[in-house]
Amino acid sequence: MSVEAFTGGRVTQRRVNLSEWTKLRSVRSTRWSLLAALLLILGIGILACAIFESRWPSLSPHERLDFHPLRQNLAGVNFAQLAFGVLGVLTITAEYSTGMIRSSLAAVPRRLPVLWGKAIVFGAVSFAISLPAVFAVFFIGQGILSGRHLDIALSHPGVLRALVGAALFLTVMGLFGLGLGAIVRNTAGGIALLVGIMFMLPPILGLLPASLTDSINPYLPSNAGGAVWTINPDPGTLHPWVGLALFAGYAALSMAIAAVLMRRRDT
Amino acid sequence: MIEVSGVTKRYGEKTAVQDLSFEVKPGVVTGFLGPNGSGKSTTMRLILGLDAPNAGYTRVNGRPYRDHAAPLHEVGALLEARSVHTGRSASNHLLALAQTHGIPRRRVTELIEMVGLAEVAGKRAGGFSLGMGQRLGIASALMGDPRTVMLDEPVNGLDPEGIQWVRRLLKSLAAEGRTVFVSSHLMSEMALTADHLIVIGRGRLIADTSVEDFLRRASKPGVRVRSPQVQQLAELIAGPGVSVKTIEASVIEVEGLESEQVGTTAAEHGIVLHELSPQTASLEEAFMELTRESVEFHGTEEASPQPEAVTR
Repeated sequence: MSVEAFTGGRVTQRRVNLSEWTKLRSVRSTRWSLLAALLLILGIGILACAIFESRWPSLSPHERLDFHPLRQNLAGVNFAQLAFGVLGVLTITAEYSTGMIRSSLAAVPRRLPVLWGKAIVFGAVSFAISLPAVFAVFFIGQGILSGRHLDIALSHPGVLRALVGAALFLTVMGLFGLGLGAIVRNTAGGIALLVGIMFMLPPILGLLPASLTDSINPYLPSNAGGAVWTINPDPGTLHPWVGLALFAGYAALSMAIAAVLMRRRDT
Repeated sequence: MIEVSGVTKRYGEKTAVQDLSFEVKPGVVTGFLGPNGSGKSTTMRLILGLDAPNAGYTRVNGRPYRDHAAPLHEVGALLEARSVHTGRSASNHLLALAQTHGIPRRRVTELIEMVGLAEVAGKRAGGFSLGMGQRLGIASALMGDPRTVMLDEPVNGLDPEGIQWVRRLLKSLAAEGRTVFVSSHLMSEMALTADHLIVIGRGRLIADTSVEDFLRRASKPGVRVRSPQVQQLAELIAGPGVSVKTIEASVIEVEGLESEQVGTTAAEHGIVLHELSPQTASLEEAFMELTRESVEFHGTEEASPQPEAVTR
């Protein structure tokens, strides 16, 4: 061992980002979650298009009214959001459950660069996976639907926004999971919290009188986030980009709370 | 150089560390000794800033650990238990640590070779034995070629060959002028490795002393004598600085004289000896006696002033 054997330097956010990239790519849960997300987006979207395409002649007028070339095409995003969210939770909680967090924070004792590094890297990876996946399922799905001229063009108003929006929605979902996971520091707790907010809150709210429900509903994280990739929104839904911004706001709030707690808490 | 000054740490109702102060100096191996649960790991976490003290402060190489721009070059730590993601390979674990400081990948390869993990470097750390886990932890500690090395129970789970390797490593690190701080609950291990000792019990400082002084003060050398004429011998050897304790009718224990002196006196007076054996308190006994005192004190006299720390 000698000092001249190598040259290292100070801790920078850039270096922590690279370290977080190594961490993310070197565990199996990342590969499996992202593969699952990919298969859900592509598989469900293609399957839904194929079924409508093949059954179209025998569908009732009512059933045909229910069809939208983009809604069926992007059905998989609904399921993939769970994969991104859970991976977001795991990205931080696995460090606490294994004790890795002690090594991470000993190397970066200012702590917050670790949280930001995870957010930057995981956000970038999520977007880099989900954007091509969404476009791929669009072109494949529309290709299938075009056999019966049921397809929608990319140039159709709102389509491009919905596709990019779906990828952004999935990315923010992952970051929301990361923030919630960093708050509770426990895998089961983090996933329960995420699922509770995204999937249980809307039906629970549905128990309230309709007048109340209608005024709160658009602002729920799930509905706000959903607005950006829905092409024919229900009345009362937020403007697509406003919805996404609100959803991103929830994720940012979770990250901010996590950051305050991370600075203060013992490890 | 590690400074711990007036540090108190409570977890809820439990006080893990109480008004603890000491310094760890470079160039020697300093042992951090105490029974399990005495606050050693807590103190090390406080030094690394992983936990925040309720009172007091810790500094490493002149600053709080958190304020160092390149912390891995200042302190390398082997933390208690596992501090590794079980699903990640040893080499990726080390690489992730290296990258935070811009340390090149070849350093990782070098460390893996050095700690003897080359064959399993690509395997998931979750499958490692305790000994392999310790080797990985030691590699992490040495990553930044740090000026200060802090290891929590490094020989735990190592085989005899591994234990010897750690001993040599610690001594060579100290010989290079680094600060070496090693915890253990085994006095015998510390006696072999350390030059200086910080002893704690129940989170309080018991001793801050060289290993030699500690042993000299803690052990009570004496001579056990068995003789039919034991009372006559007792009278003959009596004098200032000599104490004689009657164990049985024909057995005494003499403190303050060597066995040679007792034997010579007996021979000069024609006293028959059936047994003449030097008694030395073992290291473990000495250590246990010291820590037992602190434990008893703590348990019975909560409100009275703290025991004065024994210092050199």
